[in-house]
Amino acid sequence: MSILAQIAADQLPAADQKSIAAAGQAGLAYGLATLGPGIGIGYLVGQSVQAMARQPEAAGMVRTTMFLGIAFTEALALIGFVVFILLKFV
Amino acid sequence: MGEVTDFELAAIGATAPESVIAKDMVKKAAIVGPILILVFGLIWGLDGALSTAYGLALVVANFVLAAAMLSYAGRISPGFLMGAALFGYLIRLTLIFLAIWLVKEASWVELVPMGLTIIGTHLGLLMWEMKYVSLSLAYPALKPTAASKESSSK
Repeated sequence: MSILAQIAADQLPAADQKSIAAAGQAGLAYGLATLGPGIGIGYLVGQSVQAMARQPEAAGMVRTTMFLGIAFTEALALIGFVVFILLKFV
Repeated sequence: MGEVTDFELAAIGATAPESVIAKDMVKKAAIVGPILILVFGLIWGLDGALSTAYGLALVVANFVLAAAMLSYAGRISPGFLMGAALFGYLIRLTLIFLAIWLVKEASWVELVPMGLTIIGTHLGLLMWEMKYVSLSLAYPALKPTAASKESSSK
């Protein structure tokens, strides 16, 4: 299969090969940009659930902080996404 | 006695805090939005204004959807809340990606103001909201009462 892919790639003009490589790299960069926030949100929500279990009377305050924390962490992924879009299409 | 705010109700668990925050952010976006659309419209023209409005709508929809998912899951169980937070993150990122992907070739789309709006309003609204939430949760006694407002106006 990889030999066939190599032959197909050899048939493509250099400009197409370059744009395919650029698209792959941009996709990889966006994937990496979402990985960190994913780990961050998992950790954040895990700790929040633990805090709510330990102190149920503070659940409202914990959830308020958790929601803002999720949104802040998500901003990192959004920045990665916007940079990806701008590099790819502008 | 001062009037009890939505944030104080949310802090004691009487209402879902996520929806209170999202509602407040929508109000703040309605204040900031027209100014941003005007400024970017002056720089990038009508296309820039439309793209800014689209970016702003995406950010607001993202907050509202996140709040709806989390408050629904929070009513069921903490485990479900965790699942909703993680899968919600994936779902919302995919939706934002699709929303931009579908319009990227449209004639009215200017990607630079749209991107700036998405990042700027997301972070800006969060900062603004965080300051307000922190103050109202940490120092509820500092909230101006009707009596203090009356005396200060005299």
